[in-house]
Parts: sequence; C-alpha cells; structure tokens
Amino acid sequence: MKILVCISKSPDTTSKIAFTDGNKQFDENGVQYIVNPYDEWYALVRGLELKETLGGNLTIITVGSAADEAIIRKALAIGADDAVRIDADPKDAYFTAVQIAEYAKTNGFDLILTGKETINYNGSQVAGMIAEAMDLPFVSLATKLDINGTTARMEQEIVGGVQVVEASLPLVVSCAKGMAEQRIPNMRGIMAARTKPLTVVAPAAVEDLTAYVEYGLPAAKSAVKMIDPNNMDELVALLHNEAKVI
Amino acid sequence: MNILVYINSSNHLAKSALEAVTYAKKIGGTITVVATGSVDDSTLATLGEYGAERVLVDRSVATEDSQQVTRMIAKAAESTGAELIIFSHDLVAKAVASRLSVRLKAGLISGAVDVPNTANGFTVKVNVFSGKAFGFVSVKSPKKIISLLPNSFQPEKTGSACPVEAFDGAAGTAAIKVVETKIPEGEIPLPEAELVVSAGRGLKGPENWGIVEDLAKALGAATACSRPVADIGWRPHHEHVGQTGVAIRPNLYIAAGISGAIQHLAGVNGSKVIVVINTDPEAPFFKAADYGVVGDVFEVLPKLTEAVKKFRSTPH
Repeated sequence: MKILVCISKSPDTTSKIAFTDGNKQFDENGVQYIVNPYDEWYALVRGLELKETLGGNLTIITVGSAADEAIIRKALAIGADDAVRIDADPKDAYFTAVQIAEYAKTNGFDLILTGKETINYNGSQVAGMIAEAMDLPFVSLATKLDINGTTARMEQEIVGGVQVVEASLPLVVSCAKGMAEQRIPNMRGIMAARTKPLTVVAPAAVEDLTAYVEYGLPAAKSAVKMIDPNNMDELVALLHNEAKVI
Repeated sequence: MNILVYINSSNHLAKSALEAVTYAKKIGGTITVVATGSVDDSTLATLGEYGAERVLVDRSVATEDSQQVTRMIAKAAESTGAELIIFSHDLVAKAVASRLSVRLKAGLISGAVDVPNTANGFTVKVNVFSGKAFGFVSVKSPKKIISLLPNSFQPEKTGSACPVEAFDGAAGTAAIKVVETKIPEGEIPLPEAELVVSAGRGLKGPENWGIVEDLAKALGAATACSRPVADIGWRPHHEHVGQTGVAIRPNLYIAAGISGAIQHLAGVNGSKVIVVINTDPEAPFFKAADYGVVGDVFEVLPKLTEAVKKFRSTPH
C-alpha cells in the first residue's frame, strides 16, 4: 500500500488575522504556522493507521519554499516515512494541485489523502483538482475510511445524515472530522524525523488561474444588547421588530 | 454572457438551488440550469421563475460520483457555450467544481458571497480565514466557475416557468457506489435551516436536551451543538457546528450554554443574528452576540420557549 498525504501550512487557529501592504498581503507578523489541522489530524493520522494495519509506505508532499520545512519535519515526526517538497510558491489551488498530480502520476500511489480544506482559504479545491488531473475517482469530506483489498469504504456526512460509499483503488479522498484522533509526536519520532528522506522536486510549468487581489476584515459587531432573563417577551419582540428574523 | 447553473436536488428543490439561480440572474445573461437528482419536470420548470431560461436534466447521473457529474456539466457547458458556471457550495460542489476547474481550465472561486465585480477584470468577494476575514479573488482564465456560499442571497421570483429538456450528459460509468444512506426522519437539515438553536456543555447532560428541542420546535428551528458535546456523544456528529464541524449561516443562531471558543465562532460567524444565553457574563461568546442573556439555561430556555409560543399564537 503506497499512500500519499498532501499537507499545507496554515496559521495557528488562534492567530490574529490582519493584513498589510494596503490590504494586499496577509500580515505574518507574530503568526505561527502549523500543519493545516485537517491535513494533520485526519488525513495524515488515518493514513498512518492504514499503513500500520496493511503495511506499506506513507509519503507526505507539500508545495512550498525551504522555509516551510518545519511543517514537513512535524509530519515526519508524527510518523510519515518520507517527504517531498515541490519547490515553488503555491500560487493558487490549481497550481498546487497540478504540481502534486505531476509528481503522483509517476510514483504509483494507491491512495492520495488531503484534509477537507485549509483553515485559511477554505476552498476545498486541491483534492478534486488532483483527482481530475490524474483521472481518478474522488470522495470528498469523508469521515471514515477503511480499506479491504483494493476496495475503499467511506462515510460522508450528507444533508441531515450519513452516506456510505465504496470505490476501487487508486483513489483520492479528502478527510473531515471523524477519521482519526490527533497524534502528538514523541521524542523518538522527532529525532527520527531529522534523518528521514526529504526530496526536493523542481516545479512543473503550470499557470495559475486565480489570484487574491485584496483582503478585508468584517465590520465590527455593534455592542451586544443585554436582555433581562425574566423578560423573554422583550427578546422575542426584538427578534421580530428589530432584527426581523422571526 | 452564457451562464450555466448546476443543481442537484433529490425529492425537492433546495433553497440553495433557488439562491444559485437568483445569483446568476443578478449577474445577468442567458441562464441555463443543468440538473441531476430525482426532482420532477414540473418542479424543475419553476426554476424559470428565478431566472432560468431552460433546464437540462440527466437523471441517470450518480451525484456521489464526481467524475460522472463533471463529465455531464462539461458537456452542458460546451453545448451552451457557457463562460461562467455556478454552483452552490455544498458537498457535491466541493467534489465537482474543483474537477471541472481542471477539465475546463477555468479559474474557480469557492465560497463567493457577492456578485462579480467586472469593472476591472473579474473579481469576486469570498469568505476566508474561516469567516474571520474576506478576500477578493480575480480570475485570469476566459472560463470561470463560482461556488456560492449558501444564504448569501435570498431567492427572488422575477419570471415564469421555463422549458425542461432531457439531456444526455454522456457521463460514462460510475466509479463510486452508495452502499447505504442513513438519514434520521423528521429533522430540519442543519445547512438549510434559517433558524438554529444550539447548545453546549452548559446543558450538563444529553438527558437535558428536551428544553433545547422544545425551543427549536416552537421556532421551527434546527438543533445544533458545540464540539465537546458531539465528541462525548451527547449529540450526533452531524449537529456539530464549528471550525471542524459544519459551518452554517442561518438568519438566527441561538447558543445556550456555549462559551464561544474561537473554533466554534468560525462555524457560526456568518449568522445574521446571534443570541447568546450563558450563566457566565464573561463568556467570550457575548462579544460576538447581538443579544445576550445572562442566566441559567434551565430557567431561560423554557421561558424563551413560552414567549415564542405566545408570539406565534398571535397574528403579526
């Protein structure tokens, strides 16, 4: 079983979100980058569990600069066997996905896993794009994943319930909550990560299709209006007359 | 401009489908809908009221198979000369829009909350950083795809029923097979709900959820919960709203006994109006609320339910 897990960096979930350069750039001042939680907690850990049960190899891949190697070492410390870094600025989802697909096409993976989205761009784009570029089936936002021979069985949360689906390998799956539990790397893992192989690959010639041109912050909420807990009629009246939501 | 709107509807037309067609109408152009799912022709024809000029439907396509849906939409895009393809940002769109982007080399904008600005190129406002900020994305490619965040636009009727035509999407065989579907009966699906009543650890145990359900029933609202409550099994996972659960954008979100951690806010900060009920006046959620009640949820919720029943029983 050859598994490829795609990881991306994202700002820590508690980061203060601000912008610089006339609102054209994300303000990285004081921001700690982490492995995108969906990639780490769900895609990587479930990939490792499958590898531990079925045997094989788990490779992680990211598109980024040498400055991003901290997240690669973290993923290796959690248990990935080796890593690939495509040496390029991940300009947009299309650029990123096609780079990963180009690498994956020539390396024969049975299973390609990603998180359901990054917590900074929330696009949910890269996994589907990899699947299309490789002409593979794709299951999005899976909350469970089991492998039996060459068949994968997954659960997805659909509107108001759950759907169980099956597909044959090779396959691309994006992973959501429910897949696995977070793993904290131990000292042995951290030491081993230093010597695990990291291959740096030159990017393919790929154009980008989109660009973020500006950012902004939502208008501050007006101060909360406090209501007497013994006067719920007033709250209902405000929801009807002022907020106009009931 | 030729616009193609993809709609997946089983049993009924989802509100998000009507929103997507209304959105296309606001952009302006010749609007064709391409549909999958089991909705009958006469229901699909009503999409004309929201701006569709015709509806193409291929009911043989399996919506769980993103390759089939992608092939079908690509064929419809070609036959209608579509320059812009619109999705509602749901489970199917999250699997298909990205595939279609590669197939058509069309730039994809996910999570759009406004119509495109075409004054200088083609730029669309989107939610980023889990709702903590917004961004403007410009598309460089001639063909473009927009996945619209639900509840960003309300459906508007502007016309009358339109023709519905059977369409052969040449979708090929399905590689994904549904083996089981589990949908609890009689609940309002959370992503579609306009009113949501949510509760957290402050409820102290699953046996106390009756007062949450009573309020939801009185309002006609869906129920939701915080992450700890889903993790310890008090409530099903599909009710969990927050950064790692479902992100929702209802008109009204009532949170009882939820402190309002930043990860929870990320899933609900798109709500139009937020009401927070908590015993702790220092709960961080009050900073994000429009209306706040400091009090014991076991007393406040039943009182609020009574007030809602009284309100609902009189004409307004």
